[in-house]
Amino acid sequence: MAARDRHGKDAPWGEFAVVGKPLRKVDGLAKATGAAIYADDIALPGMLHAKTLRSPHAHARIVSIDASDALALPGVHAVITGKDLPVKYGVIPWTPDENALAVDKVRFIGDPVAAVAAVDEDTANAALKRIRVEYELLHAYLDPRESLTRHDPAIHEGRKEGNVSKNVLLEFGAIDQALATSDVIVEDEYTFHGTTHAAIEPHCAVAQYSADGVLTVWSATQITHYVHRALARVLELAPHRIRVVQPCLGGAFGGKSDPFSLEFCVATLAMRTGRPVKMLYTREEVFYCHRGRHPMQMRYRTGASKDGMLRGVDAKILIDGGSYSSFGLVTTYYAGQLLTGPYAFPTYRFDSTRVFTNKPPCGPKRGHGSVQPRFAFEVQLDQLAEKLALDPIEIRRRNFVGEHTTTVNGQRITSNGFLACLDQVERASDWSTRHGKLPFGRGLGVAGSMYISGTNYPVYPNKMPQAGIQLKVDRSGLVLAFTGGNDIGQGSNSVVQYIVAEELGLALDQVRVVAADTDLCPVDLGAYSSRVTFMVGNATIDACRKLRAQLVEALAAHWQVDAKRVRLIHGEALDLEDATHHLPIVEAFHLAEERFDTLGATGSYNTPELGGPYRGGTIGASPAYSFTAHVAEVTVDIETGRVRCEKVWIAHDCGRALNPMLVAGQMEGSAYMGVAEALMEEHTVNRYGLHRGPSLLDYRIPTSVDTPELAALIVESLDPEGPYGAKEAGEGPLHPSIPAISNAIFDAVGIRLKHLPFTPGKVLAALAERRARAGEPTVAGGAR
Amino acid sequence: MRGRMGVLHLRINGDDVEVAAPSHWTLLEVLRYRLGLTGSKQGCDKGDCGACTVLLDGKPVLSCLTLACTVEGRAVTTIEGLLPAHVAGGGQGADPVQDAFDRCGALQCGFCQSGMMLSARALLDRNPNPSDEEVRAALAGNLCRCTGYTQIYQAVELAIAEATGKRPKPRSWESTEPRGSS
Ligand code: FES
Ligand code: FES
Repeated sequence: MAARDRHGKDAPWGEFAVVGKPLRKVDGLAKATGAAIYADDIALPGMLHAKTLRSPHAHARIVSIDASDALALPGVHAVITGKDLPVKYGVIPWTPDENALAVDKVRFIGDPVAAVAAVDEDTANAALKRIRVEYELLHAYLDPRESLTRHDPAIHEGRKEGNVSKNVLLEFGAIDQALATSDVIVEDEYTFHGTTHAAIEPHCAVAQYSADGVLTVWSATQITHYVHRALARVLELAPHRIRVVQPCLGGAFGGKSDPFSLEFCVATLAMRTGRPVKMLYTREEVFYCHRGRHPMQMRYRTGASKDGMLRGVDAKILIDGGSYSSFGLVTTYYAGQLLTGPYAFPTYRFDSTRVFTNKPPCGPKRGHGSVQPRFAFEVQLDQLAEKLALDPIEIRRRNFVGEHTTTVNGQRITSNGFLACLDQVERASDWSTRHGKLPFGRGLGVAGSMYISGTNYPVYPNKMPQAGIQLKVDRSGLVLAFTGGNDIGQGSNSVVQYIVAEELGLALDQVRVVAADTDLCPVDLGAYSSRVTFMVGNATIDACRKLRAQLVEALAAHWQVDAKRVRLIHGEALDLEDATHHLPIVEAFHLAEERFDTLGATGSYNTPELGGPYRGGTIGASPAYSFTAHVAEVTVDIETGRVRCEKVWIAHDCGRALNPMLVAGQMEGSAYMGVAEALMEEHTVNRYGLHRGPSLLDYRIPTSVDTPELAALIVESLDPEGPYGAKEAGEGPLHPSIPAISNAIFDAVGIRLKHLPFTPGKVLAALAERRARAGEPTVAGGAR
Repeated sequence: MRGRMGVLHLRINGDDVEVAAPSHWTLLEVLRYRLGLTGSKQGCDKGDCGACTVLLDGKPVLSCLTLACTVEGRAVTTIEGLLPAHVAGGGQGADPVQDAFDRCGALQCGFCQSGMMLSARALLDRNPNPSDEEVRAALAGNLCRCTGYTQIYQAVELAIAEATGKRPKPRSWESTEPRGSS
């Protein structure tokens, strides 16, 4: 059956029995009781422990490596270096530029150079100290502007673009003319600093190589399928001899999307030694492995007519990619492609350039590529509103892109609840009586955003489904759902459970889920781009509908009634017109198995053809977009410069909340993370390329007392193509937090902060500048 | 490279256990790598995250900063100990704190939560009816990267409510208004 079938927004049996209720998660009690197994909880008999030797230099050529002393240490079983893993890989097939262990040169402090397997971690660490590496230092690029113009020495040799990783220049409509004829223009520069995921679980992988030549790798990854492909490529093993399993995952946020060095190392070491091997990164290593949010320097020029209608947006963005490509090709596109809603502008140009530097590699972090431009643009919109004396919510309403429409860059928008989001935060925050009217030092700010529910660009080109699911029906009354989707804490396995229970009329405990095991589960492209609920959800409905048809047919034949009269609900099969006809659902399974033989079904989902007719037009094209609006309330202490975010109202259009509690959890977690990026977190290196604070103490993530009050307000626009109308909720709601805080600071104390993070120093400097402009004395804490 | 081994006499979740481990090992290492009690998590191994929190004589401590040999003879409670203790006390299933965390959606990835739930358990044992501020303060040593803490507070509030008969506050998303476009 065509994988693209839409299943409708309605309940399968007239009224939802499961969907829309704040139910427990399928794995909740296992997590609550400590029974859930995460990667580092795996211990296999005879298991060795591995450690990585990392580069102390930001950019250097490797002259020689001598591991003989390390190998001679009792308890050491193997040492591997770049020579053992020469094949390059990269999550994007067009840019394979990483080696599991450095070959010839290192490109950032922390680049892996060698790995040791030993009887325990202490021995492995001692062995690392005995590996002698001779380096020849090279010029280190730490400023992305330098990488734009200087290419010798190249960070990656043999590229004609030198140190430029990717450039995308796209133009839609007559932008120059639109700006030239605009009534008002706002032009400014904005900086996004760079932040990291800091999932509480560090990366960990375990490998076992069986005597019959099957390699199993358990890894804390959020994309099992890409790890599978990368292992096959680098190890030059037939993919069917590799099994990748994601155990319970301790948070990811994009930081476990790339294949990582440790997966290749444990695999190679296990094959080399004949013993299972585990590697667990230290917290410090996690900071260096990074793949976090790209620093961006952004210049925006926006033109509008007197009534605040946008005429054109012109963006130039410099992206600091760090040392490898990672998802950088996509990042460079997303930086422009995802800005074209929730507001319409008839002309648009973006010119974004990602460069390499000798810093930890950047990659996808929650709201990949679009959080930074969203920050810049939403602040710019407020600057425009200020110029035109328009209310910031009003200017956003006026420019609403609409629903069932196409954006300037050719993206198809279906459902769109953005106006309802604005209404909700406006009402909840008491905006009309409080914005612009609060005492000096306290303010409100608004911002909006949109985000994708998956994309129709599968990281490697193929026409197969993006999501697949398999159902096994047991005579016990249990349905087992096998999904390749990765539950990374967002609850995707629970979504599968809810949908199966809903569709087949089962109690929740009659559905269990097996996920993210490449041997057992059909391929799914993994947990990224907020694709899982939308795509896996649709695949699950697809499979259930096939099975349901068999159950209904068997029951109708058994009762000798029309199939339309049969209903499955709450673990029972009923005849709507004859109360004497009812059976426990397990008996319906038996009837169907008698009639059709062993029961089971598969289902899948693929996106429709989407995207504009130009190169890169499919990148960022999504079957459905989510929409968000936030109002943030801040207080600014003008003595210390400290900004405190007191509360964020988060209104998010998730299409339909399959479980409102889980949706709210995603919204709150997103907003928390955005607030942290605005006010606390900064992932930076010093002038040698050394991380400034690779620990959870120095990299300041918010504790319970730092986190503002978060109010999640769910908006349901019922998307025509989402499962029961659902869209994403895990990434969109991060975006507006950051600009909403900047805009709230303006409301509080009249300063426009455009360079993240909003530290006390920047606040004090801006306050002093404001006073100077107003001709007031520049003493901190002086007159208001 | 093996450190000197010592035999430790520990009291874990009510059981007396004897275990041989290198003398420089932390309680977290002994729990995870000797006793198979992997519910206590390691997020940083240096006292910054709280994922390794266990109860020592009923008080939360960071097991990654606690040398195993220093807790001999004292009562250690790990997350694995809560359900059996609840059942032994005549309850059914998980401890009310664990159950409330599950019912409130607080367990996203869950990695921080064994430490978080033990901190909450210790608070409620000491003060069955704490204020919102006391709850925040009691959990301030446990970092959670997933939830933004809101559903954690709601879970603790639910556990308090069920023990005291107090009514939990309504959640922001439970409004009776329709969620559709207005
Ligand atoms: S592991 Fe003990 S505080 Fe982080
Ligand atoms: S639930 Fe994931 S870190 Fe707290």
